[in-house]
Amino acid sequence: MLAYITRRLLATIPVMAMVAVVVFAILRLTPGDPAAIIAGDDATTEQLEKIRQTMGLDKPIPLQLVQWVYQLLQGDLGVSLLSGAPVLGMIADRMGPSLALAFGTIVVTVSVAIPLGIVAAWKQGRMLDRAVMTFSVLGFSVPTFVVAYLLIYYLSIKMGWFPVQGYKPLSDGFWPFAQRLVLPVLALSGVYVALIARITRSSIIEVMGEDFIRTARAKGATERVVLMRHALRNAAVPILTIIGIGIASLISGVVVTESVFNLPGLGRLVVEAVLARDYPVIQGLILLFSFFYIFINLVVDVLYPIFDPRIRY
Amino acid sequence: MKIDNLAVQVVGDPTGRQVLENISFEISSGETLCVVGESGSGKSVTSLAIMGLLPAGSLKPSRGRILVDGEDILAASPARLRELRATRMAMIFQEPMTALNPVETVGEQIDEVLRIHSKLSKTARRQKVLAMLESVHMPDVERIYNSYPHQLSGGQRQRVVISIALILEPRILIADEPTTALDVTTQKQILLLIRELQKKHNTAVLFITHDFGVVAEIADRIVVMNRGHLVEVGTREDILARPREAYTRMLVSSVPSLIPQKREAPVTDIVLEVQSLSKNYSRKRLFGSGGSVAAAQNVNLTLRKGEIVGIVGESGSGKSTVARCIVRLQDPTSGAVLVKGEDIARVSGPQLRPKRQRVQIVFQDPYRSLNPRMRVGDSIIEGLVNFGTKREAALKKARELLGLVGLSDDSMQRYPHQFSGGQRQRICIARALALDPDILVADEAVSALDVSVQAQVLKLLGEIRDRTGIAVLFITHDLRVAAQICDTILVMQHGSIVEAGPAAEVLTSPRREYTRTLIDAAPGRGWDFQNFGPLISGAA
Amino acid sequence: MPAIVNQPHADGNVQMLGDPSLIVHATPAAGFTSQLISSLRSPPVFVALLILSVVIVVALAAPLLGTIDPVAIDPGSRLRGLSPEHWLGTDAFGRDTYSRVVYGARVSLIVGAGATLMSITLGLLIGVLAGYFRAADAIIMRVMDGIMAIPSILLAIALVSLTGGSLLTVLVAITIPEVPRVVRLVRSVILSVRTEPYVEAAISLGTRVPTLLVRHMVPNTVAPLIVQGTYVFAAAILTEATLSFLGAGLPPEIPSWGNMMSEGRMYFQLLPGLILYPGIILAATLLSVNVLGDVLRDLLDPKMARKS
Repeated sequence: MLAYITRRLLATIPVMAMVAVVVFAILRLTPGDPAAIIAGDDATTEQLEKIRQTMGLDKPIPLQLVQWVYQLLQGDLGVSLLSGAPVLGMIADRMGPSLALAFGTIVVTVSVAIPLGIVAAWKQGRMLDRAVMTFSVLGFSVPTFVVAYLLIYYLSIKMGWFPVQGYKPLSDGFWPFAQRLVLPVLALSGVYVALIARITRSSIIEVMGEDFIRTARAKGATERVVLMRHALRNAAVPILTIIGIGIASLISGVVVTESVFNLPGLGRLVVEAVLARDYPVIQGLILLFSFFYIFINLVVDVLYPIFDPRIRY
Repeated sequence: MKIDNLAVQVVGDPTGRQVLENISFEISSGETLCVVGESGSGKSVTSLAIMGLLPAGSLKPSRGRILVDGEDILAASPARLRELRATRMAMIFQEPMTALNPVETVGEQIDEVLRIHSKLSKTARRQKVLAMLESVHMPDVERIYNSYPHQLSGGQRQRVVISIALILEPRILIADEPTTALDVTTQKQILLLIRELQKKHNTAVLFITHDFGVVAEIADRIVVMNRGHLVEVGTREDILARPREAYTRMLVSSVPSLIPQKREAPVTDIVLEVQSLSKNYSRKRLFGSGGSVAAAQNVNLTLRKGEIVGIVGESGSGKSTVARCIVRLQDPTSGAVLVKGEDIARVSGPQLRPKRQRVQIVFQDPYRSLNPRMRVGDSIIEGLVNFGTKREAALKKARELLGLVGLSDDSMQRYPHQFSGGQRQRICIARALALDPDILVADEAVSALDVSVQAQVLKLLGEIRDRTGIAVLFITHDLRVAAQICDTILVMQHGSIVEAGPAAEVLTSPRREYTRTLIDAAPGRGWDFQNFGPLISGAA
Repeated sequence: MPAIVNQPHADGNVQMLGDPSLIVHATPAAGFTSQLISSLRSPPVFVALLILSVVIVVALAAPLLGTIDPVAIDPGSRLRGLSPEHWLGTDAFGRDTYSRVVYGARVSLIVGAGATLMSITLGLLIGVLAGYFRAADAIIMRVMDGIMAIPSILLAIALVSLTGGSLLTVLVAITIPEVPRVVRLVRSVILSVRTEPYVEAAISLGTRVPTLLVRHMVPNTVAPLIVQGTYVFAAAILTEATLSFLGAGLPPEIPSWGNMMSEGRMYFQLLPGLILYPGIILAATLLSVNVLGDVLRDLLDPKMARKS
């Protein structure tokens, strides 16, 4: 088990390295002078010079790469061009709202989607199944920000149930905190509920066609036992996979949702940095999110053998 | 048990097409009834109908009764049907690989039967499961109890499936091709086990198979089915020695004999010489190499013009590896493959391409051997065009070849899906012959075919050899097929050749223990199907 | 993915039994047209097709549909509600919302079609390379893993923020994150078809590699690519709208649905229609593309249809 985790951890190194190189390359391979690109059209020579120095762009590219990797290994993501503050510290300050949003979404998604998927598979082809499938197609077709504005329009503006926007940290009390999170979490969950319910349903239906399901029926097992005991456990691996993919891809949704609801999290930070062309911050956030993605994949990989003994440690 | 005038039809098919019609037979306690038929005969549908396991929404019984101990299965409620399963009638399936739940231990899976149908305590159930595992002759039952299916061999898995089926001592056991996916030696053990348990509990066994060897081995009575109809029912001697129906007669006589005909060993030129061929697979590991597995070791063989050399062996013996190395679909690790004296084991890329003309291959699965998007004619001429023949000339040759393999000219314009399995295999043979190769490798080329079609394709291969003098390397797991067609036989085990010699010699007076085991395990070896009688010669 | 322990495959000893017609091996889509027609009879599919046709027609015929110049600023009539002159009202610059929504369809379809074509073309080329040539495989797939690990929106945002928003850069920024998915798909098809007997037969018939790929292997990728293409199409439209909505997409003067929603945010409480009209049309378009994608998948790829 430990050896397996170590092996998996080691296997993430090349991917992380590749991410670091891609992030490094995005700026350097863009045609034109990187400093000028970052500074914008009406930059003065001093500004350009300052950017070059802060980001080390005045050195030859191989040296820049070495320096970039060296700093990364020390956990140094550089400093903001705008404020001069360390990027890592800025990220830490903005973690809270994003974590709250992501955690709430994961809890809602998993606890709603899997039962929905099971019920749909159980009633395959019937009305209930069709309803779930219709909801599912709707769920991942309607963009998060459209859902968000529809929710705001009806539940906040028309009904006045929730504040329109904003965020209160948990230290201000649970109710103000939760009240402002309900709509963002609902808006963001739609896509993932749809996705996970759909995969749960189809995985179960696929397993239901396997030979060992026929064996279970030949034993005299009831359909409930066949579904919950034999089919669901065998469908666990694809369901786990899609939950992993869902969590890993939450990031895009977080960026959008935070923008709509004005939550001061990492997603807002991305947008602020982009609008201000604060490239070290963008770079740092991309790296952070990518490592998060890789980490989630790692967790999923480690969980696989628990659900399927054929996958060995 | 009695089946009375059973019919099964496709659900929602307005034409009311019947998958089964007028099926009636009986089976009594302690009796083994074999249901034989080729693919599409409806034998598996019959067995599923008895279990009440017809796929809901696609097949349903439309007429008749199935009486088990006087109770009509077709009229039983779903709850009653569940009660009867595993207690009154039980089933074992073809694929032990997929018939068990991969994520539960085999102990839990056998235990589930007891949980459903009995009120025994946990410890009592466990004792009973362990006793059952003992009675199917499993070693170290405690360990097996806690094993997952993927940790067991195919034969062991089938023993687990049998345990599930028989732990409650049902009145009737339905066995749907239970040994087809197994090697002959394992098959023999499983057949003996079923017979043993049947005797012990006086169970009625309904044994579904396509293999007449197995039938001759175990049947008390036989039901012959064809295209959803019942052809003939009778005792084993009735069907095998005195078949009344022409179809039965044709089927039985298509089964190749285990005793090869005496043939002169050819003394023609050597066209293929394989010298100490080895193929190792390296296991992939993250750090360093995880060692290697030898799929073939130090294999030597010679093939003469007009000769048919068979390589026989069980799965994993390395026979296909050897074939694929000779055709250079795989790269041998070491050794030489001399085609007319020229080594092709080491060349690659553009140097290899022209050499490929000399060796051609026919594969096992006729449904995957032809590009479904290409017309048959285009498939046949592909090789010729590759080597510069003009399209017109190539097409002319393709038509000749189709004639040679017994297909008409208009086949050229058609697509593979318009042909049956046997016809497709003929097309594959035509395609392989188009380049006038010296050597034809047939890798289990008749193994996927029904026995009657198999007989035709074997005959065709023999005729082609006689007419063209092509040398054939024939890979098969089936000793009967090898006996039918091969001049020389090589027996492989664990990647090595353990015995080689003229077919008659190897099959009638084997020198090696392993060869003898293989021959002993061949089912129905005491019966001469083509002559409808027991094998009389002093052989075997 | 973790290594699933495969049982050593019997070297051909497993006999094929049962009705061979149950075994589907890429038989050409027999009766494809009739299946297509019958699936069009289902109401949701019909509605989806209708919506998509309307969007396409609207995009093509935008100037003929009672629109005015979508970028014409009219400070005299800012933030109006519905009226005979401005069917869907006006925005903060007095631009006609109806005309902008109609012209926005053009932008979305161009982005969708462009990104789909580019990612499929690139993905097919790279995927075939990775699937057939082992030496290329390791390197290509590591790069693809790296790109896939970066959240697609962020990658697109970074690319656009560096290169500045223009239709072309947005297209490229949307295409790049989609390419690895196509590569993976193509590669897996090529890998699985490589060991098909008919491919091996062609190899032993001396077929050269380019012919082998084009004639025997690549055709197998067409059906899954068509299905994948519809999803890429929807994803591209969505990504463009998201980027523009975040202010990191097309230049603000281009009338795209995302830009309209972005500009409408300030006035949402006053005029929710500024966001809701383009938003709902965007959602309807995506919905119909996804529904049609599902239909195509069910028709073209029975194996994949069971899976998702």
